[in-house]
Amino acid sequence: MSVKEIFETMEYGPAPESAGDALAWITDQGARFGHFIDGAFTAPSEGFESRNPATGEVLAELTQASQADVDSAVAAARRAQPGWAALGGPGRARYLYALARLMQKHARLLAVLETLDNGKPIRESRDIDIPLAQRHFYYHAGMAQLMEEELPGRVAHGVCGQIVPWNFPLLMLAWKIAPALAMGNTVVLKPAEWTSLTALCFADLCRQAGLPAGVVNIVTGDGAVGERIVAAEVDKIAFTGSTEVGRRIRTATAGRGIALTLELGGKSPYVVFEDADLDSAVEGLVDAIWFNQGQVCCAGSRLLVQEGISESFLARLRARMDKLRLGDPLDKCIDVGAIVDPVQKDRIAALVEGAGGEVYRADCPVPEGCFYPPTLISGLSPADPLMQEEIFGPVLVASTFRTPAEAIALANDTRYGLAASVWSENINTALDVAPKLEAGVIWVNGTNMFDAAAGFGGLRESGFGREGGWEGLMAYTRPAETSAPLVPRAAPQGDAVEPQAVDRTAKLYIGGKQVRPDGGYARNVHDAQGRLVGQAPIANRKDVRNAVEAARGAAGWSAATAHLRAQVLYYVGENLAARREEFAARLDRMSGEATGAAEVDAAVDRLFTYAAWADKFDGQVRSVPLRGVALAMRAPCGVIGALCPEEAPLLGFVSVMAPAIAMGNRVVLVASEPHPLAATDFYQVLETSDVPGGVVNILTGSHAELAPVLAAHMDVEAVWSFSSADLSGVIEREAAGNLKRSWVNDGRARDWHAAPGRAFLDAATEVKTVWIPYGA
Amino acid sequence: MTLTTSQGSTGLQPVPQTELPRNPGMELDMGWVRAARANRSAIERRAATLPGRRSVKKAHQAAWLARAISCIDLTTLAGDDTPGRVARLCAKARQPVRADLLDAIGLPGLTVGAVCVYHDMIAPAVAALQGTGIPVAAVSTGFPAGLSPFHLRLAEIGESVQAGAAEIDIVISRRKVLTGDWQGLYDEMRAFRAACGEAHVKAILATGELGTLQNVARASLVCMMAGADFIKTSTGKESVNATLPVSLVMLRAIRDYHERTGIHVGYKPAGGISKAKDAVTYLALVKEELGDRWLRPDLFRFGASSLLGDIERQLEHHVTGAYSASWRHAMG
Repeated sequence: MSVKEIFETMEYGPAPESAGDALAWITDQGARFGHFIDGAFTAPSEGFESRNPATGEVLAELTQASQADVDSAVAAARRAQPGWAALGGPGRARYLYALARLMQKHARLLAVLETLDNGKPIRESRDIDIPLAQRHFYYHAGMAQLMEEELPGRVAHGVCGQIVPWNFPLLMLAWKIAPALAMGNTVVLKPAEWTSLTALCFADLCRQAGLPAGVVNIVTGDGAVGERIVAAEVDKIAFTGSTEVGRRIRTATAGRGIALTLELGGKSPYVVFEDADLDSAVEGLVDAIWFNQGQVCCAGSRLLVQEGISESFLARLRARMDKLRLGDPLDKCIDVGAIVDPVQKDRIAALVEGAGGEVYRADCPVPEGCFYPPTLISGLSPADPLMQEEIFGPVLVASTFRTPAEAIALANDTRYGLAASVWSENINTALDVAPKLEAGVIWVNGTNMFDAAAGFGGLRESGFGREGGWEGLMAYTRPAETSAPLVPRAAPQGDAVEPQAVDRTAKLYIGGKQVRPDGGYARNVHDAQGRLVGQAPIANRKDVRNAVEAARGAAGWSAATAHLRAQVLYYVGENLAARREEFAARLDRMSGEATGAAEVDAAVDRLFTYAAWADKFDGQVRSVPLRGVALAMRAPCGVIGALCPEEAPLLGFVSVMAPAIAMGNRVVLVASEPHPLAATDFYQVLETSDVPGGVVNILTGSHAELAPVLAAHMDVEAVWSFSSADLSGVIEREAAGNLKRSWVNDGRARDWHAAPGRAFLDAATEVKTVWIPYGA
Repeated sequence: MTLTTSQGSTGLQPVPQTELPRNPGMELDMGWVRAARANRSAIERRAATLPGRRSVKKAHQAAWLARAISCIDLTTLAGDDTPGRVARLCAKARQPVRADLLDAIGLPGLTVGAVCVYHDMIAPAVAALQGTGIPVAAVSTGFPAGLSPFHLRLAEIGESVQAGAAEIDIVISRRKVLTGDWQGLYDEMRAFRAACGEAHVKAILATGELGTLQNVARASLVCMMAGADFIKTSTGKESVNATLPVSLVMLRAIRDYHERTGIHVGYKPAGGISKAKDAVTYLALVKEELGDRWLRPDLFRFGASSLLGDIERQLEHHVTGAYSASWRHAMG
């Protein structure tokens, strides 16, 4: 077209970014890649092709990692790890800094490579993916520098197996590798088979940075390679990907005593109130669901609009959709690029095919090939499968709400909990609704904002663990001290009986009431000398059900002020202290030792400690590059089920209960199996201390029988076990059902008299990051 | 005289197009005005990412820059303006780019959109532009502060129209926005519009002095309701003049007004746009938010004095492949 013609049409025309340098890099490497193991590339071997999804052309041949490859990568990482940790934080910081700088120097190469391999618009890889990846290395260079000073008593896990997805190949690599290396871990990382090239380019940069051999190992291949990494002798697995695979990894790692973090799927709500800046909210949706073709785990894919403005809002949205430009991802003037693979495109099409509601496809040209048009499906209700299922494509589903309360209820009516957006110009509405959304990341009047200083990660079936921020370091460190194996403690047996002055009946404590067990069975409880001291009810699965229901119902506790929770905990301590002699005598009798008084004193002290913490375990304001704040809020997990330790039947019980309820959780506690009566005595203390019914529920009975029921319960957010029974495996396995957080002792002992630090507080809370940009 | 009166020898000026009805205005709708929302952070994000999302290259870039020229209100608003200085500017308006370059891109006869001057310079400008079809715009109503007596501001409009100005750039009373006197702003704008008669009226909001983007949104709506043919960001004399975020707010207000009334109101960013690249970004913003119909001089103008020089250099680069120098292009 001539200038004169374009002068009339005012079309954009092509604005292609050159692929020459990136293709030359691939060619220079022989266009065939092996793995990066122990500081060197292995010889390419049998494998698969990596294609440019926009054109279908083959970019390179990659190697499928064999068992031997994975073994050799893990062995290299294992050899390198002690030296890497011993290098010290400042020493490691130099390497992380060098990697950040190298990524910056080769920014355009990485961006073009990413777009070629993945199909995402060059605008996104150039302006978002690669800068964020660099930022992650800079930030964690700082964390390495500060580790010894700021994280005393924490050390690296060791060797981390890391599996990243195809939607943000280099960025997800950065999220995984930077914190791991900063904390002194070594890694074996597998990029997704569709998008391995930037990971291999990164491996080249590791070589250029002089990173010690074996610190970073990259193996390529499909899900089978991922399974091999999960099965390998690693100390930690970090996975980003689908909820389905996450669940399989949870099951596969259960009981192995290795750490796990999962960043999984989502169906994130995007809530628009009638007083929002509607045009900006429409533009936000472009960044929410048409960013990276909607192939974003935290995509705002579920639009909830206040009913009165719904029609007008959707009209504006459709008009905006028509302006989107689909096409060559290397074109600098393109909004929506190619779907990563024809397999995904077919999957999206199949999901939309069966949709109810009103389907609107953007009125913009759709190129031939692996492209899918921006799509809006409105008029859906929560019952429609598309309102529940993750589509992972450029498809937005929409529904309406009437009130803030209904908006929250609809937003939270999902198995996922990764991210959420809320749009309102009313500060009261926005700030009230934001933290009530069940999500790890919440954006106020914005969407898809990320930064290394702000934690990212999910609730519910969106996984657990955080990436970024101080909380992200918890995923790559563990306490330095290792404890002794926990010796199983059997219940004392005997048949000696003696008449009691007045018979005492221990019951279960559910919903603030003393109740008989559903099954109607009790077990005799003996003291250390084998004398009968009473009976404890045997709770069954129905009692677990009832206790969880009571705990769920006591939601007011989570909304109560921290000051009130502190007051109640102090009062529990006060009332326990008042009955010191009675509790001490009971403990001495059960243990046959004279440690009861000390245990009661320690329990009172623990109650005071967590009463003190209740209003002091604060969130933080994070320094993100934004005019506004990113709040890292400490939110209670919700309902926590816990198996209390056999030893220290009172102190252990209190040490589990107090931090959980101090942070606003409601708990279902299974008492020490051999010595349950300290816990059943304790409900009288609770009853006299203004603890609302349902906040603390106490069961007695078999840990082995109750643990899997609690761990599998879909309405429980977290499960902890300090039982001496061998239950860690079964709990982790059963917890895979709804991917609840689990904290198990892996058969290791804990000194209940020692100061617990912040471990329980961390476990009792989820960090929710609330982004609040502002501007008058 | 109206914007769409004819010709220049090439038929390029004005661009062939359907003549749109002028904005007749409407009753002040305070419900609509009060409902206007502008979230600064979100608007700034959109504005900040736009240049990275839209890019035009090669022939397209040349065409877009030529289009930008056709939309320039070539401006001189200085105390030392003289008839001679204005005549020089008008010569530049008629031949904004060296003839050989315009021939090379196939757009001989390309002119700017208008020449914009103070009242006393209208007559020399009209004389200098005789026969070109290029309209003369005059800033008016006590420009730039708008604080002279109201009857004098009205009279100034009348005299400028009398002197041959086809377009009147009025300044609104910022104090009426800052005190929430929307009725007062509406009444004032209505009176200015009436005083303009057949001349088109551009309402300068002086956005740099309105305090908030929400005020910009509301003032835009009120001025359109009162019959403004164009809304314009700035006088060029405020410390902050045209910006992309302010433009986004005003363009969205224009879109909203069009959706509800069917009327096309024009947009003129003024002040601070001096680079060819910025001009392309503004055009892209207008294209994205309002559509192609607004990329014509009857609905879009740049208020600029130094922008043209940068565009000339870019066009020479397009034609020759070598980077240009300012002294290779005629002064205005």
